[in-house]
Amino acid sequence: MSTLTFTLLVGLGSFVAGLLGALTGLGGGVVIVPLLTLAFGVDFRYAVGASLIAVIATSSGAAAAYVREGFTNVRIGMFLEVATTIGALLGAYLAGLISTSVLSVVFGLVLLYSAYAAVRPKPEHVVSVRDPIAVRLRLDGSYPGVDGEKEYHVQRVPLGFGAMLGAGALSGLLGIGSGALKVVAMDQAMCLPFKVSTTTSNFMIGVTAAASAGVYLARGYIDPGIAMPVMLGVLAGAMLGVRVLARTRQKVLRIVYALVIAVVAVEMIYNGAAGHI
Amino acid sequence: MAQPAISDHEVELRLATLLRAGVLAAAGLVLAGGVVYLIEYGAMPPHHQTYTGEPDDLKRVSGIVKGALGHSGRGLIQLGLLVLIATPIARVALSLYAFARQRDRTYVLITAFVLALLVGSLLQP
Repeated sequence: MSTLTFTLLVGLGSFVAGLLGALTGLGGGVVIVPLLTLAFGVDFRYAVGASLIAVIATSSGAAAAYVREGFTNVRIGMFLEVATTIGALLGAYLAGLISTSVLSVVFGLVLLYSAYAAVRPKPEHVVSVRDPIAVRLRLDGSYPGVDGEKEYHVQRVPLGFGAMLGAGALSGLLGIGSGALKVVAMDQAMCLPFKVSTTTSNFMIGVTAAASAGVYLARGYIDPGIAMPVMLGVLAGAMLGVRVLARTRQKVLRIVYALVIAVVAVEMIYNGAAGHI
Repeated sequence: MAQPAISDHEVELRLATLLRAGVLAAAGLVLAGGVVYLIEYGAMPPHHQTYTGEPDDLKRVSGIVKGALGHSGRGLIQLGLLVLIATPIARVALSLYAFARQRDRTYVLITAFVLALLVGSLLQP
């Protein structure tokens, strides 16, 4: 295989990942590491570096659209970025000390959880009580509902902040956006409406990933030859995905994609445990 | 005369424009670098199975800028990736400016802290 063939194949695979990620709302980053390591035999460290680049590209592109729609809560995002940034720097530092086999198993477990989170029931826990910390930090907000602006009150800020430290650490450790974990911290712990949780999570992902990207870059994990087709492929796929979003049956697609992720997760755990990665 | 305060919504629109511009600029640089890179290395076998790390001029911010000016494909791609990494950081810097204009002291402190961590991690010695 020549470098040209390798580049085109990786670009094509990343395009499909970006397309599915945008159509299902799960993000394309989560399957880039398995794609590169399992299908192309790329070293785990280079795969993680390229994946992080893909995460920054898709989340920044999507955030631009979401912020305009008015669902994103910029203050909540900014406040919780303190936690995700500290977590990401810690995770990126630890990534250099832990063997890639162990990281691969952890990756598989996080993937399994993401697959479950994609199909889990999503009850809304909208609460009408005000939390003093949330009031002090001016976190409460409103979003455009079917019949006008709807208000919401943020709960359990310390719990959400703690969960975000963990989400940031996994992002830095594995080169993913940790979107599924960020959403859980917001909609389950802090009782935010689901759409506010997902768009604010996406808004934060770029900053979280940029924190670990600095560490990865300095360590030599970001190889231009691999990151180039991954970034361009994922970005093109995500842009097309957003265009055709309205015409697809999202529910069926989510279930299919969740199944694919679950299979990939088992592969990652098996290969890690057997010492192949 | 004091500058008029800007609304949260206005800030959000500017953030969106900045993010879009950053991603597009990065994609353009990476694409241009990719073409040069494939002309240089397209016919050779890839070597990504083993981890060797990157040379200094593809790891440090100063090295990347110098390498890109030398017109190497890999250097140009790396410069595009650097612009991409800098995009969310620029977004935080714009948020800091906006919170300062709104005289929101708590959020100026929160945002300045995050910005310091991000810049520190990118420019580490």
